Amino acid sequence: MSNDNQNILGIYSYFDLFINSIKELRKKGFENIRAFSPFPNQEMEDVLDTGREPSKIKYFTICGAILGALVGASFTVLTSIDWPIVTSAKPIVSIPPYMIIIFECTVLIGGLSTFLGLIINSRLRKNVPPELYDERFSNDKFGILVNCPSSDIEQVENILKNYGSEEIKIDGASVIAEELVEPKEEKLDEGSTEEETTPDQEEKNED
Amino acid sequence: MMSDVAKPQRYSTVNETVMNMLNKPSFGWWSIFVVDLLFLGFGIFCFMYQIYTGLGVAGYSHPVLWGVYITNFVFWVGIAHSGTLISAILYLFRARFRMSIYRIAEAMTVFAVFTAGLFPIIHLGRPWNFYWLLPYPNQRGLWVNFDSPLVWDVFAVGTYLTISSIFFFIGMIPDIAAIRDSVVGKTKKAFYSVLSLGWKGSNWEWSHYTRTYFYFAAFATPLVISVHSVVSWDFAMANTPGWHTTIFAPYFVAGAIFSGLAMVITLVIPIRKIFKLEDYITIDNFDCMAKMIILTSSIVFYAYLTEFFIAWYSDNKYEYDQFLYRATGDYALFYWTMMFCNGIVPLVLWFKKIRQNLKVLFIVSLLINVGMWFERFNIIVISLSKEFEPGSWGLYKPSWVELGITVGSFAWFFMFFLIFVRTLPALSIAEIKETLPVPKKNGDSHYE
Repeated sequence: MSNDNQNILGIYSYFDLFINSIKELRKKGFENIRAFSPFPNQEMEDVLDTGREPSKIKYFTICGAILGALVGASFTVLTSIDWPIVTSAKPIVSIPPYMIIIFECTVLIGGLSTFLGLIINSRLRKNVPPELYDERFSNDKFGILVNCPSSDIEQVENILKNYGSEEIKIDGASVIAEELVEPKEEKLDEGSTEEETTPDQEEKNED
Repeated sequence: MMSDVAKPQRYSTVNETVMNMLNKPSFGWWSIFVVDLLFLGFGIFCFMYQIYTGLGVAGYSHPVLWGVYITNFVFWVGIAHSGTLISAILYLFRARFRMSIYRIAEAMTVFAVFTAGLFPIIHLGRPWNFYWLLPYPNQRGLWVNFDSPLVWDVFAVGTYLTISSIFFFIGMIPDIAAIRDSVVGKTKKAFYSVLSLGWKGSNWEWSHYTRTYFYFAAFATPLVISVHSVVSWDFAMANTPGWHTTIFAPYFVAGAIFSGLAMVITLVIPIRKIFKLEDYITIDNFDCMAKMIILTSSIVFYAYLTEFFIAWYSDNKYEYDQFLYRATGDYALFYWTMMFCNGIVPLVLWFKKIRQNLKVLFIVSLLINVGMWFERFNIIVISLSKEFEPGSWGLYKPSWVELGITVGSFAWFFMFFLIFVRTLPALSIAEIKETLPVPKKNGDSHYE
């Protein structure tokens, strides 16, 4: 990432506008995109993740599970051999009861490493600097964060604007462009009073 | 399918509802909390008295050396199970009605395991030596006996506690972040910021998050079945009449989910009323839970009858006499209470009108809780009081210390729960939003 790169953030109330903006940005060749949503969403992942590598969590899970099984097996067997004492006339190394311990260790260590995988892979603490985040993303807004060279900022800003972004921030500072103010306010009102427009209402609006 | 979707149409309403639950607690909440702490204090007093005086005050006497404490242990582990059923198994089955109740059920799971874990320790004559059950290197060079069901218990319950707590926490991360973003006050903000682990809700996080959640659900599903199977083997591995059967594992797992579902209903009905969550937790959600109660109650009732059949069919005198004694002996009242509460009462749920009548449902769920407690009591105490040798038969009566600790355990459980509904998101904000229609400017997309 070169130094003259800038971060531009667009905020949306409507899901379809948000998705269309991402599609348009990718069409124009901007690949360094991060999208924010208040809930997990397949459509968002589909428009962003096509052709990208899938989540690596599964490797953490499978490695943890195998490690857990090995720990369970070696722990029971080795400690039994370490102090061989016959209980209930069973063999020193009696596999059936050990299967329970092995299973529990598989789940325990598999689960712990999956959690570790989540923390490492999504880089929870430091994935997005706070100034590039908006608190409304956990409430009812969607967001698109694009990292691009300063020379492209204007193009990205235009795309975001044309595709219905209500608010745009560059490197955390709001853009208060004259032409942006008026349509933005209209949309904001709509967004806050009737986010959920039925097709009927929309027709009326258009009239 | 329609009925599963919660009614609030806007995302911000969901956030507001949860934030309202975290408002400054009312006088009512404080009074309940203080009363709860009084009961807990009494429980702690009883335990201290028992430590000081010795296990004799617990009503244990030969031959019954497993009594109310082990009953409570099995009862609370059982209560835990339905939380995992709702959060993991129903997640894998994509049962959408789970969304509004699963957080409460998961919290119940974690707190019930907290409670259950106390009882094997309380039950010990020298509770400060409980760590002898853990395999750790020591100067005598001894290791635990891995052939013993009690050690399996340590591993099973320990794993269950760890995994269900992490699962509970992972589910909450995005919702805690939502609270962090709207909470006022520096201390509160810092508290939720730390707990949210810096969650920002970006696509990168969500994609890893949904996978993690899925793998956890896949781990938790066999785990929950293993845990109560292992608990049942505490009994089934012994050759005591009434315990030594292969039916125990499935019978206990079904019983656990049965009692846990009843407890979820017992908890959710008042919470829904107090916090006015009628828009989120719908009557249909209760209807679905009641149907699962019918299923598990049928399995449990069938197991009760099978036990009798096998006792007769096996032609084993000890087994036969044990079951005859259960139904007609000194503890017959407890036995028939269990039969009535677990076998007969749930039958009313076959009627849709009753499933959807919350008052009746609440009473039914309380009766099931009572019935399931007595089920464990009957299995443990009656079997021990009349084993093989008539010379070693004897009766057991719970003492006031045991009952005090039992009451204290309920207070302990409710203490966590009361704190939970006031500090953490009791509804899953993100998942409820998933069920709402997405705000769209232009027409419909192929996604719902």
